[in-house]
Amino acid sequence: MSVIVKDGQFTELPVEPAYVAYEPGKTGAVALDVASDTPATELVLATKSATIVRIDFPTSADGRGLSLARALRQQGYSGHLRARGHVLADQYPLALRCGFDDIEISEDHAKRQPEPQWLDAFGRVKDNYQSRLMHPLQPSPTVLADTAS
Amino acid sequence: MYLYNEFDEKFVSNRVAQFRGQVEKRLDGSLTENEFKPLRLMNGLYLQLHAYMLRVAVPYGSLDSGKMRQLAYIADKWDRGYGHFTTRQNIQYNWPKLKDVPEILSALAEVEMHAIQTSGNTVRNVTSDHFAGAAADEIEDPRPTAELLRQWSTDHPEFQSLPRKFKIAVTGSESDRAVTKAHDIGLRMVRNQDGEPGFEVIIGGGLGRSPFVGKVLRDFLPKRELLPYIEAILHVYNLNGRRDNKYKARIKILVHEMGLDEVRAEVEKAFEVQKQFFEAPSDALIEGIEQYFKLPDLSPADAGAYQKAIADNPAFASFASTNVATHKNDDYGIVTISLKPIGGTPGDASSEQMRLVADLAEKYSYDEIRVSHEQNLILPHVKKSDIPALYEALKPAGLATANIGLISDIIACPGMDYCALATARSIPVAQEISTRFDELKLEHEIGPLKIKISGCINACGHHHVGHIGILGLDRAGVENYQITLGGDGTETMTLGERAGPGFSAEQLLPALERLIGAYLKLRDDEAETFLATYRRLGMEPFKAALYPDSDKKKAA
Repeated sequence: MSVIVKDGQFTELPVEPAYVAYEPGKTGAVALDVASDTPATELVLATKSATIVRIDFPTSADGRGLSLARALRQQGYSGHLRARGHVLADQYPLALRCGFDDIEISEDHAKRQPEPQWLDAFGRVKDNYQSRLMHPLQPSPTVLADTAS
Repeated sequence: MYLYNEFDEKFVSNRVAQFRGQVEKRLDGSLTENEFKPLRLMNGLYLQLHAYMLRVAVPYGSLDSGKMRQLAYIADKWDRGYGHFTTRQNIQYNWPKLKDVPEILSALAEVEMHAIQTSGNTVRNVTSDHFAGAAADEIEDPRPTAELLRQWSTDHPEFQSLPRKFKIAVTGSESDRAVTKAHDIGLRMVRNQDGEPGFEVIIGGGLGRSPFVGKVLRDFLPKRELLPYIEAILHVYNLNGRRDNKYKARIKILVHEMGLDEVRAEVEKAFEVQKQFFEAPSDALIEGIEQYFKLPDLSPADAGAYQKAIADNPAFASFASTNVATHKNDDYGIVTISLKPIGGTPGDASSEQMRLVADLAEKYSYDEIRVSHEQNLILPHVKKSDIPALYEALKPAGLATANIGLISDIIACPGMDYCALATARSIPVAQEISTRFDELKLEHEIGPLKIKISGCINACGHHHVGHIGILGLDRAGVENYQITLGGDGTETMTLGERAGPGFSAEQLLPALERLIGAYLKLRDDEAETFLATYRRLGMEPFKAALYPDSDKKKAA
């Protein structure tokens, strides 16, 4: 059973959508499962019909998912964006700032990094240099979460 | 000197508090070393051969007396009374205890310093010309750009788990003192035909085990488009850089394997997107940065005393000829303080030396100090008439060595004395070379010559761009030193060529003596440098000097 981290708090995984694994050229999926080595340009097309996209983080050192998330957000994807796998609590603010709505971690991971660590990290989202240098064109994660539900 | 605003201050102090918590968790066992590792690396803390090593960021190499005194205080209180200035213009402490590191970071924060992004697979400390703001040949001061890039890259959400580390250098002069062509991104400030300011963008340079000279990605990038363009490069690299092999993960390999044109096309595509998300940084933000980098109001001063000291004192004349560079104001000089005393460890400074440099900077150089990638310290704005007094003050502290750009001004990595990766010693080799050529009293006759020593193929000692490069390897448990010739780290960057089989530690010094002896015989005149002679004659005569026996063997 996985745990969803949302707004710094652990919640139970809601009814699991029927994820379809991304395949090149295939469109129309409503819930899309995406590997970290997926080409960004193709992904943008494949997510046109999706209401939820789940991007995999096979290790905490693999930052490609962060770039994929930003590419999707910058090119207009406004559905739900979920990071799944090895995202550390200290990386949680980065994931949110790249446009993710929530994180799906394993129960084991949730035991090693309990809720207070995530809540603490959640408090560090707001203050950053980049918001002073870029347009706030990305809708904030909270706004996205509201429209998605 | 850039001064922190409220935001900078809060950001750094939050980070210290965060790391303090992480260290506590490590010490009480709730974090394993494996889990702690990425967290400590975000804060510049390495685990080396004997101890932890803390690398402190010196953004674009700029310090003032307050910062320098605090570095000395840290060296005394929590280390062994010295620090090591690095080729990334940073300072490293080699002996901190883990439990003390949060205290050290908070002492750094007091003087607006930190160790953020000095390690890990992220954008590292942005480096720049150590003569920035003072050099006579400067088109524009590169430091405001370097500071803008520091802010942009710090805690950038997308680029904290890159395939590998990422290094950016900026220069604003014709002469490239920042080795921009050996960086992941090198930026040269230029003007286009209409006189608009901008950058030549160089990509994919680097040393290490696969050295590459950087290639021009864009001839001219308007200054205001810098951030979205850099953002685009990093975005393309993060998605496409190799992650299967850490030795093939730098952007230089991506450029090599994907091809420059393809990389350019991808970057331009990403740039079109990024441009919508960045406005050129506001004038207020740019002015807010630039106000800290104005040339001090230099009062006119008569240089007569300086000329007289040169005429009267041969030792001072020698110092003036090597350690004083041309300032944009004729009455002033840029003084380099050598951290390469004969027989010393390149780049090391004791806390007393740091405090003296701080005092002298306050007294003679408008409170400005720079760290050079060549591991020396610089006082950028010294009245020529003050230089004789400065020289006398430096002498008793062992800081007046007149060797900048000469054979004993060696770059050396820490090597096997400190580093867990090293395969050979570097510091003792540097010490032997400087001691030997000092004994021979040949240094000034040999003239400009850059020797660079690395203790393993990762090339932290930049041996590929040394006029003479030395690479220490391990051959079946025995140190073996390979020599490369003709390397150059400036605007005419060239990678050195391997001369032949390596030398044992004992054979190395005699081989170098033969090499230098050959140069002195081969050069046209005293004005022809080692590098120029090598370029004129090629490898052969130097090879013959290095391997005198090989001809005999062939003949036999």
